[in-house]
Amino acid sequence: MQRWPVLLFLAWACFLFFSGIGLFTSGFLLMRIELTNRSSCSDPLAAPAWAGQGLAPGACWMPQRVPKAVLLIIDALAFEFARFDPAKARPRPYENKLGFLHQLAGSQPRHARLYRFRADPPTTTMQRIKGLTTGSLPTFIDVGSNFASYAIEEDNLLGQLVQNGRRVVFMGDDTWDGLFPQKFFRSYFFPSFNVKDLHTVDDGILQHLYPTVDGGEWDLLIAHFLGVDHCGHKHGPDHPEMAKKLAQMNEMLRSLVDHLGSDTLLLVAGDHGMTETGDHGGDSEKEVNAALFVYSKTPLFGAHRPEEPETIPQVNLVPTLALLLGVPIPYSNIGEVMAELFSGDGGDASAALRQLSAYRLNARQVDRFLHSYSLAAQDLPAERLRHLRELFSAALEEHDRLLAHVQEGLPASPELEARLRRLVGRFQRYLREARAVCMESWARFHPLRMVAGCALIAASCLLCYVASELAAALDFPYRSRLLYPLLWGLAVAAVLGLGQLLTREGPDLVLVSAWAAAASQLAFFWPSWGRRPRRAHLAGGQPPAASAGLWQRLRAWQGPALPMGLLFLRCCAMFSDSFVVAEARVAPFLLASLATLLVGKLHWRGRLTAPEAPKQPPGAAFYQKESWQLLGLLAVLLACLRLSGLFHQCREEIPRCQPSPCLAPLSSLQSTQAKNLFYLLCVASLAGLVCAVRRWLRHYGNLNSASPLVLFVRWAFPLLAVWIACYWAVTSGAEDTLGKLQELVQVALVGFPRAVYGLASLGLLLALWTPVTVFVKDSRESVGPIVTPYQGAPSSQAELLHVIPQIYRRMQESLKSQLDRGHRRATVAAYGLGSVYSAALVIVLTVLGFLLLILHSERMSLSFLLLFLEAFVLLRIHACVVSLAGDAGDLPVRRNGPPFVVPWYAVTAWVFAATQFFYSTGHQPTFPAIHWNAAFVGFQQGHSTHLLPAVLVGANTFASHILFAVGCPLLLLWPFVCEAPNSQRRKLKKELREELQEEEEPMMEMRLRESPERFSAALLQLGLKYLFVLGAQLLACVWAAMILRRHLMVWKVFAPKFLFEALGFMVSSICLLLGIFLVMRVDYAVSAWFERLQPR
Amino acid sequence: MKDTEIKRLLSAHIVCVFSIILTTVVPPLFLENFSVLGTHLIWLCICSICVTTVNIILYIILKPNPSSKRISFAHKVTKFLKCCVFFFISCILFHGIIVLYGAPLIESVLETFLFAVLLSTFTTLHCLCMLGPNIQAWIRVFSKNGAMSIWDNSLQITTMCSIVGAWLGAFPIPLDWDRPWQIWPISCSLGATFGYVAGLIIAPLWIYWNRKQLTYKSR
Repeated sequence: MQRWPVLLFLAWACFLFFSGIGLFTSGFLLMRIELTNRSSCSDPLAAPAWAGQGLAPGACWMPQRVPKAVLLIIDALAFEFARFDPAKARPRPYENKLGFLHQLAGSQPRHARLYRFRADPPTTTMQRIKGLTTGSLPTFIDVGSNFASYAIEEDNLLGQLVQNGRRVVFMGDDTWDGLFPQKFFRSYFFPSFNVKDLHTVDDGILQHLYPTVDGGEWDLLIAHFLGVDHCGHKHGPDHPEMAKKLAQMNEMLRSLVDHLGSDTLLLVAGDHGMTETGDHGGDSEKEVNAALFVYSKTPLFGAHRPEEPETIPQVNLVPTLALLLGVPIPYSNIGEVMAELFSGDGGDASAALRQLSAYRLNARQVDRFLHSYSLAAQDLPAERLRHLRELFSAALEEHDRLLAHVQEGLPASPELEARLRRLVGRFQRYLREARAVCMESWARFHPLRMVAGCALIAASCLLCYVASELAAALDFPYRSRLLYPLLWGLAVAAVLGLGQLLTREGPDLVLVSAWAAAASQLAFFWPSWGRRPRRAHLAGGQPPAASAGLWQRLRAWQGPALPMGLLFLRCCAMFSDSFVVAEARVAPFLLASLATLLVGKLHWRGRLTAPEAPKQPPGAAFYQKESWQLLGLLAVLLACLRLSGLFHQCREEIPRCQPSPCLAPLSSLQSTQAKNLFYLLCVASLAGLVCAVRRWLRHYGNLNSASPLVLFVRWAFPLLAVWIACYWAVTSGAEDTLGKLQELVQVALVGFPRAVYGLASLGLLLALWTPVTVFVKDSRESVGPIVTPYQGAPSSQAELLHVIPQIYRRMQESLKSQLDRGHRRATVAAYGLGSVYSAALVIVLTVLGFLLLILHSERMSLSFLLLFLEAFVLLRIHACVVSLAGDAGDLPVRRNGPPFVVPWYAVTAWVFAATQFFYSTGHQPTFPAIHWNAAFVGFQQGHSTHLLPAVLVGANTFASHILFAVGCPLLLLWPFVCEAPNSQRRKLKKELREELQEEEEPMMEMRLRESPERFSAALLQLGLKYLFVLGAQLLACVWAAMILRRHLMVWKVFAPKFLFEALGFMVSSICLLLGIFLVMRVDYAVSAWFERLQPR
Repeated sequence: MKDTEIKRLLSAHIVCVFSIILTTVVPPLFLENFSVLGTHLIWLCICSICVTTVNIILYIILKPNPSSKRISFAHKVTKFLKCCVFFFISCILFHGIIVLYGAPLIESVLETFLFAVLLSTFTTLHCLCMLGPNIQAWIRVFSKNGAMSIWDNSLQITTMCSIVGAWLGAFPIPLDWDRPWQIWPISCSLGATFGYVAGLIIAPLWIYWNRKQLTYKSR
């Protein structure tokens, strides 16, 4: 049997897909180049000093207006939270809670003001922090690195302050630690990852805030509160807890203002808003609408006060704060200064002059940035840049002229004031247009890479299809079809890698792997291209043969037409945002259609009806027994599909959607009765799963031997179930009822999941180490105990009843063997040999199921039970269809058992089921729908690394992908397992008794071992088919993302869908490799087992 | 003989098509505010009733499967009752299948059930008229070589077209076009109706074109 070539071939196919995905991603999610330039005080942009207004020593670019500033970031402080409407009679929990801000703004209009603070999407905290410090627009790609936030490379406000010798003190969210390592004069970080935790961060800040403020050892103090955001995630904004949290913030502000000195500027900002469910990340109105509150004890603003709070973009904070504090504006800033903060005292004209100088600096800085950016990258359209340049130079000229006017010492006149205002307007216009240009083009793609990635994925799909057709032939040329392409790919990768190493500092991994993949694909397809003309030439000589070939090819296409058609429909559905949004219902619909059409087709061909018997009336047809079974299975499958719809999560795009109540943890249930009921139901589903698996194993005789794996199944399965049940019991209990046992509960919360992880990993290792679950009864010599030990209660009567028949049987056997000795040789009886492959897979799947189950909320166990049931039913239907389709006529096939080919419909149905259960385990391809809680199962205190939580959350998200991909080889094995002598065969056997005497026992999976070459080819073919179906969906996703990249919904629907599909593909393909590897391992172990049996 | 049979089939089908067209045109004359989309449930009832009566009348007039045996009146009554029971069971079955395919379970039960009734009239009723309450005959007809007359062939075609039409009708439902016909079950019932009409038109034409190839086993 070819073990390694098969695995290597599949791994190679996976690599081709991966490199395509990598290439496409690098073109699709790449948007902005980060410039590493930094502004400095000596930059020549600094304004020529106004007459009589020299720069104070230590200040640069502009005179420092405030020596100290406190920046309070209240995460997810939406504008509605900060606004105070006294007219409201019955405010919602989140309204009218920050009364102190209103009071300040009302009593001191020249000191305080509230703004609407518009965040730029994506509204995730890390992107917002980047935006708030660099003044730039962080892009979508960073969302992916949310787990591990990387240090900011670009010039930023904190960097400028540190560079100019200011002291920055930070307290709060530890995301900042990753973004600004070693930047803070002093810092107090608190863990931000646990969304359930409302108080740790806030209490930690409050503990340090006032002493630090009073200590005075700082120039900029940043405090980042997370409580409001976490409260939104946990309870939603409309919850009494939110009122409490906001009231706490109000108190904090009140006492902080008392502690502030008169020279200190206070900024209270929300980094983003939140939706009605308390989530954020997208670009909806509620998410981008945050609040900004500015206050100082010295007057800041002019007398004019706007009726309605002004709206300002979030990036505007950066240049404003930089110039106020007297440091250079960060290099890549594209924000605009908030002019009213620069007016200060004095007349209108002098205020306008001061504003003008700030604007001029700001405009020059933006112009410089745009210039160097356009040199580094070509993504800003040249035409717009030229237009901007013109605007800028015109404004600058006008500015110089005005400056000359002012320096001549002309008295302030209304006319001069009007000119000043106009000039400010021109600078404003320039800055706003520049920002618009950047915003537009930083959603810009790398079309060449996208097309190339798309082509690479398409070629890989084609390769999988071609290779799966080729693998059906016995003499699959592994060497020419695998070795040469691999060598080619390696050679190209080596050359490119070396070349890049020599020319640049590091090789571009994506490009190298893409070129290698392309080269090896060419090497794969080359023989096909070379052979085709010859074959065409040969066929040209014999036209009838050619036409027959065409006809046969069409006939051959008739089989896969149905699953391929449905797969095509599913791929088409990826191109419509409505269908992507509704995919949770589309996938089961298509799966149901596939199954129904399959059975319908069998019926249409007359395979379900019994062959005509002489006694039945003419014109009537009856179903066989198996057909009724098939119909019953179909009904169960449809029921499973419908029931799995009860576990769906909601997308925000679907109006009036209620997420499944089962997604919430049991502890959120109010009524104790319901809680108990559900708990019992969950435990029952666990027990059901264990019992069903053990029953299945016992039925096929895989539960008899004393090998470690079998012992694991016997003892560890119930133990795992009990542990999980205990864990659920602890988590679902009310938090404060246990009182004194709190510490014990904490231990249990950590202990049980970790024990489950440990035991399950042990099981997986055992399955790899000794996967053979065969019980051998050797009758060649009477070894082994005479009586099997009795397992019931040791009451004498029952024990006797148990023992006596065995002794009797034993005597009978020995007598018989004495009689038979003459003409019959002794035999070895092996129990469970016929299902040895499937048994190992089923055990591994169950262990994996337990592992994944504990990562989900309790009631999802019902969904997992449904998953196993549906997979079982699908396999049974597949086996039934194979046996029924093979029954009619072509006996030679039947004699050798089921075919070694897994038809397309089975693979397609398997993939559809994986997709369906992605949704039915409560997931959606959107970022807010990720179950972050999974990272804390067994790790209540959080993590020190980023790898482990990523693995846990990933396993939770792609649970169904993992299970179905590992279980994929069962599609090949199950028809063999279910191969039982049916009525027709039995009848046949009666006729052919003489020939078939030795074939009395069903061979089951041992047929696979009869022809190891065909077995390995079948596994290869199955893997390739699975990869093809997955790859076709991925291709559709990639294509949709590429074509619809200007679509309104691209960042909300298509891009997340692409990311989830790509990740799902990677997880699936790796798990598929693992599943096939397990089968190979079993095969190897069985071979060794046979060898051990031989010499005895 | 075959040509006259095809002509009878064609005329019968044309009558059916006209009856369906009439159900959309005539009721507005009598009922206020009637439209197929607006008052869909009423249209479903009218259409089902109309198609049922037309089918039964056509069956009585044309007698596609004349049996030689004389049948007693009591036998006829039991047959009729059996047909009613069969029809009802098929409505329930269709309802179940539609729900299993994803229709809402509790809300809009009436709509789903009426849709099931419509599907039953397009499929089961036809079968009952042609074959009688005889499951074995049904199983026989819906297989590749089971057709014994052009009536059986037309039965195959119209039934499949109706069901495929209903299936295709489910596709526009998730789209965000906000059209009135996207509301459940309008698109599906319209799809089924269009499929049925298409089947009625296609069946005689298909049989006419393939009349040379079609050979029927004698009973």
